[in-house]
Amino acid sequence: MLAACGLGSAEELFSEIPSEARLHRPLNLPAGISEYEIADFFKGLAEKNAAAYTSFLGAGVYNHYRPVLVDTVISRGEFLTSYTPYQAEISQGTLTSIFEFQTMICQLTGMDVANASMYDGSTAMTEAALMAMRITGRQRVLVARSVHPEYREVLRTYARNQAGKVDEFGYDVDSGQIDLADLESRLDDKTACVIIQSPNFFGIVEDVRKAAAVARTAGSLLLFTFAEAVSLGILEPPDDADIAAGELQSFAISPSYGGPYAGIIATKEKYVRQMPGRLVGQTLDTNGNRAFCLTLATREQHIRREKATSNICTNQALIALMATVFMETYGKQGLRELAMQNLSKAHYLGSRIEPRFTGPYFNEFVARAPGGVNQRLLDRRIIGGLPLRPFYPELGDAMLLCATEMTKRRDMDAVADAFA
Amino acid sequence: MTKAVRPHITRNEPLAFERSSPGKIGYQLPALDVPEVDPAAALGAANVRQTIEGFPELSEVEVIRHFTRLSTWNYAIDLGMYPLGSCTMKYNPRINEAVARLEGLAWSHPYQPEALSQGAMEVFARLEAALREITGLDAVTLQPAAGAHGELTGILLIRALLESRGNPRKRILVPDSAHGTNPATAVIAGYSLLNIASNEHGMIDLEQLNRLADEDVAALMVTNPNTLGVFEENIVRAAEILHAKGAMVYMDGANMNALAGIARPGDFGVDVMHLNLHKTFSTPHGGGGPGGGPVAVRRNLEPFLPTPRLARVNDALSWDYDRPHSIGRVKAFYGNFGVLVRALAYILAHGGPGLRNATVDAVMNANYIRHKLQPYFDLPYDRPNMHEVVFSDMRQAAKGVHTADIAKRLIDYGFHPYTVSFPLIVHGAMMIEPTETESKQELDLFIDAMISIAKEVEETPDVVLKAPHSTRTSRVDEVMAARKPILRWRPSE
Repeated sequence: MLAACGLGSAEELFSEIPSEARLHRPLNLPAGISEYEIADFFKGLAEKNAAAYTSFLGAGVYNHYRPVLVDTVISRGEFLTSYTPYQAEISQGTLTSIFEFQTMICQLTGMDVANASMYDGSTAMTEAALMAMRITGRQRVLVARSVHPEYREVLRTYARNQAGKVDEFGYDVDSGQIDLADLESRLDDKTACVIIQSPNFFGIVEDVRKAAAVARTAGSLLLFTFAEAVSLGILEPPDDADIAAGELQSFAISPSYGGPYAGIIATKEKYVRQMPGRLVGQTLDTNGNRAFCLTLATREQHIRREKATSNICTNQALIALMATVFMETYGKQGLRELAMQNLSKAHYLGSRIEPRFTGPYFNEFVARAPGGVNQRLLDRRIIGGLPLRPFYPELGDAMLLCATEMTKRRDMDAVADAFA
Repeated sequence: MTKAVRPHITRNEPLAFERSSPGKIGYQLPALDVPEVDPAAALGAANVRQTIEGFPELSEVEVIRHFTRLSTWNYAIDLGMYPLGSCTMKYNPRINEAVARLEGLAWSHPYQPEALSQGAMEVFARLEAALREITGLDAVTLQPAAGAHGELTGILLIRALLESRGNPRKRILVPDSAHGTNPATAVIAGYSLLNIASNEHGMIDLEQLNRLADEDVAALMVTNPNTLGVFEENIVRAAEILHAKGAMVYMDGANMNALAGIARPGDFGVDVMHLNLHKTFSTPHGGGGPGGGPVAVRRNLEPFLPTPRLARVNDALSWDYDRPHSIGRVKAFYGNFGVLVRALAYILAHGGPGLRNATVDAVMNANYIRHKLQPYFDLPYDRPNMHEVVFSDMRQAAKGVHTADIAKRLIDYGFHPYTVSFPLIVHGAMMIEPTETESKQELDLFIDAMISIAKEVEETPDVVLKAPHSTRTSRVDEVMAARKPILRWRPSE
């Protein structure tokens, strides 16, 4: 092949790189290893992690059972090893599944349109806040302190450089829901959107309708965010909000030490042109058959460059496909039953350990923790709740406890005994 | 005509909603071992939804047939060459999939105690170390979720450093050959944009750069090799010009597959860069994500990296949240860990010598295609190329056939099209990147296909203009999709 290129040696392939820019030594990395050695190496790492522990952690990442069909489908090379579906004629598999995904996200959230996914819940919420700024022409965002602390950190990082201003409002110390009076006192006509999460970081369900009504008094949008998507199986869709943005990790996406996950943004029809991210639309092929393609790309960076709604390039297609297979496997009845099981398990735990807040909760709640409880549980191979002091110093020794359909009664009893 | 393909049967498949029938289920849940609660009592009746209107109801076998049938409508690397320029569609090793699914890794919770996360954290430590060596830079963050996300992180880092010196400055210079994400990123990071025109060789024009690089310029965003697949021979001078003005050089690492083991951005003046783990380091594209966009920086930018940073405390790994100069978080948790596992597996499999060999093969494959196709297609910038080659459709356009048509015709020959109409500085661009994955046999099939299409353009242009002919779906009306957007299924009235 070198001869066909008129070259004498492989070295000549790089003759255009000036010597001062070249690496004149081998990379200081060991020689390659075999497939068996790679498997063995990662098995060793996996053993250094918590294996065979029962966990009561939630806080934005939930242990839900992953139906076997999910990995069966996403392991197909046709899905796994394809690119972004720019060439519609040979990407109808990916495009059709994204169209179904967009539809089901609309059905769950009560919105008119949903995008093909974002990196995760934290960036989806943040990009949705920027979207609200574009829609309203206002620069201020008012976010509830009961929104996931890490989501709020991402929002601050992005907003700082958009001349955006992020302010927070508090939660009611009894109910754990947003403090409506505090929201009203801080709301002004410079506020682009009010952001609430439900269930919020404390697991408490918010009154979306009331929050929307308050936001509207100042002409602000309500941005609804969620981290526990399974709750949408039993909770009213947040259709009073103007934008819904959240995290789908609960839909058969393994916790995987924090990622990859998939976020979504869904909104009302009238805002679609301000929405970031890929969109799939229905059309026809030249034979008149239904077909799908990427559409409304004039919002996007590869067409609009510096005038784009976001710099986001692709979505989280394979992760969104996991969620799609999950939603179709559980279906209308299954998602409700799954949500009911989560609700029942958490409320059993809540019957044995007193929740700190009085507001309604879905599958996690805050409780005052006796000293050293997590250490005592670790001795029984149980990872207890998330200590909240680093995020909410005012809550003292409180921790956040989560139970899902995978949490067994005997483990909940063990935790309750350790709390007693 | 079609050595690589013959048509095969694909089934029709309705949408899941059309296939749905009331009462069908495809899931199983264990019996509850706790009392079932009344949702209205637990949540308040007003908060409880009655149903999910329109949600599908399918049996298990219907679900698997549905997705299996849909999958057969996709092209994929597993089916053949995928020469999308700038996208680096290389083989995705399956061992990487297997290890990412090990229970101790896949089921790690990001908030589990650090003492029980040392294995996961070691993946971060080892990958950071390997990427420092490959890029020749001093520190790496693995937090960004994708290339564009890494770009944003990188520009925010530059902004933070300049701010700490008293002035964040106003502008970012971006060559007209750049990826669309570059200008979009600059604006999102709060900068205005100054496009710089490429010179007659498609390269950065040093004289122009010298003129434009003033005290208001924060950085130059450069892709190297550039989007023509050509190494910016003046990169070292360009970096000197910017550094002399107190500005920085950001490198878009999308084309790192041309450099790994051969040249290191840290050695040629780059201050910050991102890598695309889903390109150079073989993590699957998955139909458009997930990716990984690590950012590598020089020492002076390290204090500003996203929080938390991995630290080693008394032989144990730990997350350091006490980072007063940090730009903050760009994403919840620590990064796309599952993608990082796969990239580390790729690096371990190749090792130092293997990474260099992969680069050599990728560059050789692109050169082979260039030499074989040069007699048939116009090469607008006749410079030695690296891992990709950009032709233009000039000769074919004279016959009324354009790059997009040739791309569609390639589908009939069993190949995924090349990248169409990019970079923007080449009119009618045909951007071809074979990667190291392809053997000479596969390259020859591709070359035969391209030559055959060039002949068809001369003799039977209509065949090309109406392509593809062999696909289940014929040419798709994208204009209609945008004019009257239908973005979700609704039941027919």
